Amino acid sequence: MSPWIRILIYLVAAPIVGGLLAGWDRRISARMQSRRGPPIRQPFYDVLKLWQKQNIVVRRSQNFYIGFFLLMVIFTGALFFGGSDLLLVIFALTLAAIFFVLGAYKASSPYSFIGAERELIQMMAYEPMVLLTAIGMYMVTKSFAVNDIANHPTLLVLALPGIFLGFLYTLEIKFRKSPLDLSCSHHAHQELVRGITTEFSGRTLALIEIAHWYENVFLLGWVYLFFASMPVLGVAMSLFVFVFVILVDNVFARLKWQTAIRSAWIVAAVLGFGNILVLSLLSAKPAVPAAPVVAQPAVSRTVPAAAATPALNQPNVIARRN
Amino acid sequence: MTLILTLILGPLAAGLVLLGLKPNLLRQILVSIVVLAVCCGSVALALFPPLKLGELPWSQHGINLGMLLVEMAMSLFILYVGVRAKHLLIVLLTLAQAGLMVWFEFTAGAHLEVAQNLFVDNFAVIMALINGIVGGGICIYALGYMREYHEVAHRDVPDRRPFFFAVMFIFMGAMFGLIFANNLVWLFLFWEITTLCSFLLIGYTQTDEAKRNALRALVMNLAGGLAFAIAIVWLQKKTGGIELQAMINSPDKALVLLPAALLCFAGITKSAQLPFSSWLLGAMVAPTPVSALLHSSTMVKAGVYLVLRMAPLVAGTKVGMMVALVGAVTFVVGSLAAITSSEAKRVLAWSTVANLGLIVLCGGIGTYEAVWAGILLIIFHAVAKCLLFLCVGVVEHKLHSRNIEDMSGLVVRMPRVAIMMQIGMAGMFLAPFGMLISKWAVLKAVVDAYPSLSVFIAFGSAATLFFWVKWMGKLVQVVGPAERIKKELVLGEAIALYGLSAATAMACLLFPLISFHFIEPYIYQVYGQSASLGEGNVIIMTIMMGMVMLFPVSFMSYGRGVKVVDAYLGGANVHSSVQFRSTADSVQDVEIGNYYLRNIFSEAWLSRWGVIGCALLLVAMLTVAFL
Repeated sequence: MSPWIRILIYLVAAPIVGGLLAGWDRRISARMQSRRGPPIRQPFYDVLKLWQKQNIVVRRSQNFYIGFFLLMVIFTGALFFGGSDLLLVIFALTLAAIFFVLGAYKASSPYSFIGAERELIQMMAYEPMVLLTAIGMYMVTKSFAVNDIANHPTLLVLALPGIFLGFLYTLEIKFRKSPLDLSCSHHAHQELVRGITTEFSGRTLALIEIAHWYENVFLLGWVYLFFASMPVLGVAMSLFVFVFVILVDNVFARLKWQTAIRSAWIVAAVLGFGNILVLSLLSAKPAVPAAPVVAQPAVSRTVPAAAATPALNQPNVIARRN
Repeated sequence: MTLILTLILGPLAAGLVLLGLKPNLLRQILVSIVVLAVCCGSVALALFPPLKLGELPWSQHGINLGMLLVEMAMSLFILYVGVRAKHLLIVLLTLAQAGLMVWFEFTAGAHLEVAQNLFVDNFAVIMALINGIVGGGICIYALGYMREYHEVAHRDVPDRRPFFFAVMFIFMGAMFGLIFANNLVWLFLFWEITTLCSFLLIGYTQTDEAKRNALRALVMNLAGGLAFAIAIVWLQKKTGGIELQAMINSPDKALVLLPAALLCFAGITKSAQLPFSSWLLGAMVAPTPVSALLHSSTMVKAGVYLVLRMAPLVAGTKVGMMVALVGAVTFVVGSLAAITSSEAKRVLAWSTVANLGLIVLCGGIGTYEAVWAGILLIIFHAVAKCLLFLCVGVVEHKLHSRNIEDMSGLVVRMPRVAIMMQIGMAGMFLAPFGMLISKWAVLKAVVDAYPSLSVFIAFGSAATLFFWVKWMGKLVQVVGPAERIKKELVLGEAIALYGLSAATAMACLLFPLISFHFIEPYIYQVYGQSASLGEGNVIIMTIMMGMVMLFPVSFMSYGRGVKVVDAYLGGANVHSSVQFRSTADSVQDVEIGNYYLRNIFSEAWLSRWGVIGCALLLVAMLTVAFL
């Protein structure tokens, strides 16, 4: 399938799938709490309702940041499903999150401010593990390109068990689930007013919700990468992870942010780094080629896949002059 | 040849003239002319790099003698400083260094054959551009800044502006010399001049704190200088030559490993890596242009320049591994320490230390892709960090504070400076701008060479993100009604700030061209192969950059179709969003402050263990090199 088609499917289908997942999330959570729960389509109704509301702001420019947050989240997912460089995907995701945080800072209310600070702490907590995940995948597949990783013949999770578990931990943060839902939570009893979204309303809140759907689909896509050589297993595991995250959400209360960042960094250091250390010891390659023997520079090694789009599908260009 | 000599000697001569020039107007004219000339000169050098350098117009022997005299004069001055301050270490280090150099000159000096004293390659051109344009910008900025400094902000500090500008220019000239020197004895002389200049500039205000910090900077850099001197002597004894190029291209890498390690040590002291980072943090007592000069275009860049030059020699050796580890540890410690500080200059200083750590890491790894990433880092760091320092300097004068908490609402109070500051910050850490591109390249280089070192980058960059975004947040946040400050910038400051903002933006936009025309040819020349970012990724980056640059456009619909209300404060708002009615009918003010996580990371703890760890690594490095 051409990457452009994949991107197109992502752009159209992700909000639908994401919305349905959100509906199931609420339904499953309700069942876990012995409630009936809303209909599956409830998230769509919510967003439509929000769309018709008046746009109320504290600072006139605060909503622009959210618009760009959504744009960058969509871009992140498009890069991912287009098969681009995984590190670039992470950086785009970070940029998106920064727009969100800056929007909350801009709103200048104490509660959105606390939410923004906590969101930043969450970002600091998950960033190392996310980067280590990409590095771990590179060490197995020798490529940062999502395309190459997805087409790798072996089951990545077998080589990266620690990284998979660590990644699961950061997913709790990214899905905004307890015990790591510090900046904004779906559980009213443990929330500081409404966390990072306190001063956002109407359409802007709807945009945040839609961005969350796009993001969730992208994250489940990343879970799939661990099992990409066996597609059926991959889809099943993605869904399993989704249900697992909901279960954890209902079992735990919110942690203190100090505990959250400490635990997340310990997980990254032990599971993530431990896994990478084992991999690098196992492969036991010579540390650095002392003489320039490697023909192709590694920085551009990922280019063919990164530029896998038809328009960009040109041979690897490396400056080489005397 | 003439161009290069002019670039070195021009600022030096101008500095000497400025020393005796009292009238303000004449000084302004001279400074502007020299800066313009230096900028044009470095650009001309970049456009028409001389392939073959001609002969020097003077006799070799005369130059050597002159240099020895300058060196002895400097040593005597430093000796005098050391004795007056009763600082034993300074005296000992100076005596050891001077004794070694004199002995070397008289035993080996006579039969030294140096084919080429100066040289130019693409790396040198890049450094010259940074030194000329960024350094020149700082001098122009200083014209406006120092007037305000003495006439408004710090009346108590004695006005020694002729001295100040003289040292700034000598510093710049020495930096050009350092970049173009191929003869290591020359390089050493210029190296020592920068040490001395930084000592003089840090101590400019002559307060007790300034004197103390200046001495600390001096002693640490003298330690590096001693290592440098030993490296020269050792190199001459083993190989018979003292040329940088000959050393780098030496067929027997093991033979020159010890001098390379010693030069790396010297580079690490100068670029304020961990056991020595305290001198750069102490240098903040000086007026802002000095900090900007030390942090962006000269001093610390001289250190990483030397480390990157040594990269091919230490690549794949244990020495290289140790150097890389020092850089990696410094990166993490610097980034974490920056979180805990609310003082703007201190945050910038820690961030400099951290970023230099990344460059040293690249040098220690020493593969072609690492060096490529390292040079890219040097470029982006120089422009963006300089811009940030100069912005903070302006803010400090207007708000009389350099606390980040006091910068709340700066977009309303000083919109131009706040926007330029955000450009600088975006250049420092945000995708798809400068530093992030380089960090990405560093990460790839590290994963290919020593995968386990990548953990340092993962944690360090997470911390980087935190302290930059919370600062940016403070700038955009507007709590109460704030008044706009009249006359944000004086002329000199405005020229420098606009110019540097443009330079930051251009560097981010044009980095593929910079890489293609300057960095890659250099890497190719040294390693026989080169790295680049790959066309597809560059296109994606450009798309991303275009999207981010659309952001200001969204302000066209500013305030359209929205209803503005007060912020929610958890009680009835009393006065707009700044006060609310709390329990027992009391009126409470709203105060919003950032997290500094001081309970989790303490600056003192981080520096202590960082210093111990890195000192051990350096000892290990020298031991390994010696064996």
